[in-house]
Amino acid sequence: MIAELGLAALWLAAALAALQTVAGFLSVRAGQGAEIAALIRPASMMQGLLVAFSFAMLLWLFAITDLSVKLVAANSHVDKPLIYKLSGTWGNHEGSMLLWVTVMAAAGALIAAVEHRLPERTMYATLGAQGLVALGFYGFLLLSSNPFERLPVPALQGMGLNPLLQDIGLALHPPTLYFGYVGLSVAFSFAVGALLTRSVTPDFARAMRPWVLGAWVFLTLGITAGSYWAYYELGWGGWWFWDPVENASLMPWLAATALLHSASVLASRDALRTWTIMLGVVAFSMSMIGTFLVRSGILTSVHAFAVDPERGTFILVLLTLYIGGALLLFALRANTISEGKRFSVTSREGALVFNNVMLSAILAIVLLGTLYPLLTEAFNVRVSVGPPYFNPVGAIFFMPMLLVMGVGPLLRWREDRPDRIRSELALFAALIIAAIVLLSLLVEIALLPLLGLAMGLGLAVASFMPLRSRQLGRIPAATWGMVLAHFGITVALIGMASESAFSEEELVALSAGESATVGPWTVTLEAVEPVAGPNWTAIQGRLSARYGDSEPVVLAPQARSFWAPPQQTTESALSTRWNGQLYAVIGDPAGEGRFQLRLWWKPFVTLIWYGGVVIALGGVLALIGHVLNDLRRRHRERRLDEQRSEEEALGILSGEERL
Amino acid sequence: MRTLKPKHQRLVLVVVALIALLAAGLLAAYALRSQASYFYLPEQLLADPPEIGQPVRLGGMVEEGSLATDSDGVTMRFMVTGRENSRIPVRFSGIAPDLFVEGSGVVAEGRLASNGVFVADNLLAKHDENYVPRELQDMEQHQAAEMAEETTVGLE
Repeated sequence: MIAELGLAALWLAAALAALQTVAGFLSVRAGQGAEIAALIRPASMMQGLLVAFSFAMLLWLFAITDLSVKLVAANSHVDKPLIYKLSGTWGNHEGSMLLWVTVMAAAGALIAAVEHRLPERTMYATLGAQGLVALGFYGFLLLSSNPFERLPVPALQGMGLNPLLQDIGLALHPPTLYFGYVGLSVAFSFAVGALLTRSVTPDFARAMRPWVLGAWVFLTLGITAGSYWAYYELGWGGWWFWDPVENASLMPWLAATALLHSASVLASRDALRTWTIMLGVVAFSMSMIGTFLVRSGILTSVHAFAVDPERGTFILVLLTLYIGGALLLFALRANTISEGKRFSVTSREGALVFNNVMLSAILAIVLLGTLYPLLTEAFNVRVSVGPPYFNPVGAIFFMPMLLVMGVGPLLRWREDRPDRIRSELALFAALIIAAIVLLSLLVEIALLPLLGLAMGLGLAVASFMPLRSRQLGRIPAATWGMVLAHFGITVALIGMASESAFSEEELVALSAGESATVGPWTVTLEAVEPVAGPNWTAIQGRLSARYGDSEPVVLAPQARSFWAPPQQTTESALSTRWNGQLYAVIGDPAGEGRFQLRLWWKPFVTLIWYGGVVIALGGVLALIGHVLNDLRRRHRERRLDEQRSEEEALGILSGEERL
Repeated sequence: MRTLKPKHQRLVLVVVALIALLAAGLLAAYALRSQASYFYLPEQLLADPPEIGQPVRLGGMVEEGSLATDSDGVTMRFMVTGRENSRIPVRFSGIAPDLFVEGSGVVAEGRLASNGVFVADNLLAKHDENYVPRELQDMEQHQAAEMAEETTVGLE
């Protein structure tokens, strides 16, 4: 019954999306005052509620492990802890697509409920577009990946969930990522809405900006969480593998970052109109391409659940329709968008344009690297593209962008003279050069990490320079947000560079009582013992690790064997200090009572994820700042209006008196 | 740029963006040709070996009875076999993936050393029923084809 309720709600939501689309576009044609327009917002909100209900039903099915539902039987197991039963809801193709449309519908419902700043006609077009995109994905879900399908005969226990996914990471990473990923659909719909009604204005950018910021914050957190999860769960000691699926989440982030910056130019200075619209379309297109890459099974990865050509074709068709349609609309309407204001090369706008172009170039590089293996496969040549391509080629564009990020916020809008910020420039350059010289003299270090560390140190100071000679109490929250986000980039950069420059690795076979050293650590294998969990057994190494002469800490890496499905995983053990992390993995027996141990000492590696969190925090501050600003502005306008009408009323009164 | 009309400024911006994207594309194309790591089957590796030290991937079957661990306990040596009796010696230092066993498929990431040994940095084996490295999906078919070939020899 519960499954049927969920399915019915999903069909109803699809019907409402169709209604929303038709009503939206009819109202745009009819203009202001069309009666059908009254349906749009309620349809959108209702749709959000229905899909949320449907998703709740699937959660419920997983919570009670209803084995008559095919999806539950195939991906869950009666013996699994409740938290993994729940998070297992989206640990499979159908469930994660349902989460996808849930976020999409929720975003649509939210703009329908609270967004009243734009002209109504633009909102009709925006909600119409949102409905149209949602409709396609409802179709995909209902026609080719129904999550509520019943089994003719209920299963006995269920097949279980991939043990790699039985981790708290699965509870956090996909939902956060999806909020960002799919939240960008709002930017897409806004862009389409503005194009259709020819209303690309600073007001439009101000209305769009908080939505993009919100999605971007989630995306940043999702990527950060995913990276940390892969780091400790896979047991490979790496934090970013340039896996196609990771790239699929990075590409929308790059586009959204560019969009944020160009939207702020449009909002403050009324320039970069077409560019902002283009990025709005590109950002969500990247989300859809990512979904296609991940969900079609065309690429192999631990993330790719569905290996079903029919589904791939379905998403590809959707992708072509939406991206192609939006680009066509853009091509038709771009020249009707009037040009914005001019600016000189050395200005805040100039720096932001540079940042945008560099981000787009990096996006192109990541996209080409991700698609290249698919391209060559068409010619029967199999290749894989990894760090030797992405790192240096990306850095060529990333480094100049970072330099400009350091000085751009110091420039004035419209026009500025570089010699006005002479001393800041000199300080920034001096810091970087000094760091390069010192580091290359003191330690042996490869070029990229050297540049990364030097720039990180220079930027750590430069990111706070916009605050100089200002009263700290009077700086708007949005500016604090920018400073913090830029500082977060710096922190993450230092973490990445330090990890790749100073990591030490030790691979040994030890018997109980023997020790190995890695960096400043001395690690002793005390014992190897069997342990058991709710649905696994493991061999666990008990290590005592001593940093220098300090008190030893106990680490317990495990090699786990799950029985549903039968699979082994390695559980790494970490010891975190302020200046880095010790990372330990236990492997197979190595004969003569020895066990393989792999140890890493990674100085300052944690800065990578702290950086990610700081970036997101900056985004939150900027979001709060913009929303507060907006409320204040609207309050002021309302007061002005009231005053004016009062004055008018008084005028009329006095006129009447005169009569 | 101060004297430019807005329309011209937009043109300049578009041109600048296009040039940057074009540069990125060309750079990517160049780098991809030289940096992408190619996939080799054992017979291909013998017939047309890659340059010494160039990162490539080697995929094949781990020969039964060939797996041996050095006395350090962490260096493994085994043979990867392909069609036409091709065999490549592989050396790997590290913790092998869980489903890495003799007689199963493996993809080794690494490079060919000058002594003809393939030095692997990383081994990819079948992860679970649902996740098989792409290269290994075909491997099983090709193995099946080989089996069929062998069993049908002389029947005609």
